[in-house]
Amino acid sequence: MSYIAKPRITHPGLAKNALGLTSRDYEGAVSTLCAGCGHDSVTAAIIQAVFELDIEPHMLAKMSGIGCSSKTPAYFVSQSHGFNSVHGRMPSVTTGANAANRDLLYIGVSGDGDSLSIGVGQFVHAIRRNLNMCYVIENNGVYGLTKGQFSASADIGSMPKKGMPNQQEPIDPVSTALSLGATYIARSFSGDKEQLVPLLKGALLHSGFSLVDIISPCVTFNDHEGSTKSYAHTREHYNHVVDVDYIHPSEEIKASYEEGEAMPIHLHGGDSIILRKVDDSYDPTSRASAFKYLRERFNAGEITTGLLYANETRDEMHELMGNVDAPLSSLPLDELNPGKEELAKLQNRYR
Amino acid sequence: MTSVNDVVIKIATVNGTGSASANGLLRKSIFRMGVPVVGKNYFPSNIQGLPTWYEIRVTGAGYHARSNRVDIMIAMNAQTYARDMAEVAPGGWLVYDSTWPRKNLLNREDITIIGIPFSRMCNEHFDGARARILMKNIAYVGAIAALLDIDVEIITELLEETFAEKKKLIASNMEAIRLGYDYAMEHFPCPLPMRVEKMNATAGQIIIDGNTAAGLGCMYAGATIGAWYPITPSTSLMDAFRDFCSHYRVDPETGKRTYCIIQAEDELAAIGMVLGANWMGARSFTPTSGPGISLMSEFIGFAYYAEIPAVIFDVQRTGPSTGMPTRTQQCDIISCAYASHGDTKHVLLFPADPAECFYMSVTAFDLAERLQTPIMVLSDLDIGMNDWMVPELEWDEDYVPDRGKVLGAEELEKMEKFHRYLDVDGDGIPYRTLPGVHPKGAYFTRGSGHTKYGAYTEDSAEYQDVMDRLLHKWETARSMVPEAEIRFSKFNKAAILTLGSGDGACKEALDRLEAENVGLNYCRIRAFPFTDAVRDFIAMHELVYVVEQNRDAQLRTILIDDIDADQNKLVSLLHYDGMPINAGFVVKRVLEEIAKGRAA
Repeated sequence: MSYIAKPRITHPGLAKNALGLTSRDYEGAVSTLCAGCGHDSVTAAIIQAVFELDIEPHMLAKMSGIGCSSKTPAYFVSQSHGFNSVHGRMPSVTTGANAANRDLLYIGVSGDGDSLSIGVGQFVHAIRRNLNMCYVIENNGVYGLTKGQFSASADIGSMPKKGMPNQQEPIDPVSTALSLGATYIARSFSGDKEQLVPLLKGALLHSGFSLVDIISPCVTFNDHEGSTKSYAHTREHYNHVVDVDYIHPSEEIKASYEEGEAMPIHLHGGDSIILRKVDDSYDPTSRASAFKYLRERFNAGEITTGLLYANETRDEMHELMGNVDAPLSSLPLDELNPGKEELAKLQNRYR
Repeated sequence: MTSVNDVVIKIATVNGTGSASANGLLRKSIFRMGVPVVGKNYFPSNIQGLPTWYEIRVTGAGYHARSNRVDIMIAMNAQTYARDMAEVAPGGWLVYDSTWPRKNLLNREDITIIGIPFSRMCNEHFDGARARILMKNIAYVGAIAALLDIDVEIITELLEETFAEKKKLIASNMEAIRLGYDYAMEHFPCPLPMRVEKMNATAGQIIIDGNTAAGLGCMYAGATIGAWYPITPSTSLMDAFRDFCSHYRVDPETGKRTYCIIQAEDELAAIGMVLGANWMGARSFTPTSGPGISLMSEFIGFAYYAEIPAVIFDVQRTGPSTGMPTRTQQCDIISCAYASHGDTKHVLLFPADPAECFYMSVTAFDLAERLQTPIMVLSDLDIGMNDWMVPELEWDEDYVPDRGKVLGAEELEKMEKFHRYLDVDGDGIPYRTLPGVHPKGAYFTRGSGHTKYGAYTEDSAEYQDVMDRLLHKWETARSMVPEAEIRFSKFNKAAILTLGSGDGACKEALDRLEAENVGLNYCRIRAFPFTDAVRDFIAMHELVYVVEQNRDAQLRTILIDDIDADQNKLVSLLHYDGMPINAGFVVKRVLEEIAKGRAA
């Protein structure tokens, strides 16, 4: 059995959010992943983000495909509907669900195998549509459930536990998303919750496709010497370029952010995020310069993290299509069906 | 040959030359004279330059199938002239463009050759290469009008309707009609002994193709989301849905839409979108053809096991592989019935004509939500893309969509705990909840092993419990699907059984066999799983001719599998050359079987 119900224990001292819920109310079943798995840290970060954003659990939809990463929606917000679909197909299911009901918040949790190999077609087309969702990739460079084969994100020269180093060019989800026009692109590390939680908050609230690529080491198959997705390697080559603070609509944007270093981005719902540039030369609003910077740092062996690109001006899927504001799933038949007389009338053309 | 309102006209042209509108004009003008017609397209998988044919069967008796005879061939394509001439029935006529000389060896003594200089006349009367080609098509309509005695007033009326916005075109089209008409009247004895005469057999009827009717049905059923990947011959179904929705589903004030059509990156994604939308509570569908079903199969199995509604139209074409994508077959019966890995079986609906495409679209959405499972509507190219005369479509204003067992916020609030896969009512159908309604309704939708409560399991007994309940649901479906059409002419020991587009040919064959003193009963299956009435029908006959349009007797196979039909009784009559089945084939094969000593 890999499903274990978690006992619900309430601590009277636990902080409550605006809905009167504690962070425990946003938890799910007990994780069955390996002890120390990066994915469990990501789950914890997601729980903190949705708790702090005061999201009503039933207004969140948790979407996934197949793989270790895709199991994790069972481990957070058990009061949300979850859809654990087939391998590589989470984006299409999310597209249909979102098309039906635009009122929900969609978080998709995927992995590098699920998104960059079997599901790469659906990943790129969800970006093209600017589907309004938060797309998380728990990126560890290997297939865990089938015991350690390289994935498409493995770097050239990265060593497996046994056998030859990888020789194929990796697919980088961040630069892929950048070239396809994703409107919120971030990279982080499962071991850096401080950076990750605000990035997730911004991604959840962003209107359009937001990608959060998270280096999330596989302790069992890819955490050894010679792996470029290990905890040690990630920490050593970690390069914060832009960090983010989430600002609730009720908070004032603090004046302490100095011009040039900090940049507020206003999200559609009224919230804001503040970009704090760690590297002055980085411009997260320019696709071209972001791409150049990322390639240069990648070639230097660095893992660039932070909010790497943001564009709040582009319309998301429903806006692009000109759909009504109400969820399509909520429309009664009389708003959709022209009726008996109209049917008789329209058939004149078939006589 | 002499006949009234029983003639087959076949028009051979080059595709991409605009002959479709001329052929439509001809077909409609006969229909407007009150005479039933059947229109069939035989077209290449190509955009421009290859041979294409349109066949109009004028059938005063109101038959629905194609005829396997050609009385009048309009041979406008030099490339296929020889084979087109060979196809004309003895005593028939061949009309050709006499602008150019024709070799004398291309002659037949047993038919009448009618030469009309269409190109020369049109070159003299019209300017511009495109106009001359288009008008040549209209001119042959004029010639046929003279030869068959078609009312020119009706042709004028139709042109006036078509070009109401472009009045100039009415005059030029009428000029072309006159060119053909007058030339034929002047040079040949008109009308021919085979001709058309006004009757009153089309009142309350329309001519429509199945894809248009299905697209209309989806709109009337309240579908809001269509996801698809273009594939012949299903494409025009989504085109129709789009056309109807752009007219009826756009708010005149805001310009906003109450429909969403997503052209997916492939069929894998199209079905994923349909499942996501239905899971969220919207009525959503996808049209496809055989190759698309293959790609969708993984998700179809998921939907069966996770119990998610979906409506899938399979407009079947000739396989395997790319096969002949513009030819018809009923070759996906087995691949749809058991689509996916693991133990799966799916509810299939088999419309026989465009009217049933309309009504069964609505039934499909109701059944999908009632049974929480994918419903596949198996049409084919013949139904989907050809022009059928059917009774005018009607809508019942009292229709209420069957949304199935969906728990609302109030019901959930009162519940202690919701369990997704529990058989509360004993019919094998559990209750479901929609996201965004109530936190108590939350569950984890998964294709992995689950218990009746919805939790993950790898426990043998818990897994099997759910699989057995799904089988119970299958029996419930059997009692809900559309009943077969069954006809007993008198007490006969033998019968014909068919499905879908085989209906027209079989009914016509029954009439012809009756005339030869061969009386057969008839069963036309409308759904899978097979109803008790189908089981009883087979049981009460000594012999059942199973007529289907595939090589491997797929319907016969699932009859044996699903209702344990006695295979020794089931004699297959298989038509699978890609052309729509015709009555002549059925009659010939039945008589052959009788000659072998089979029961009649």
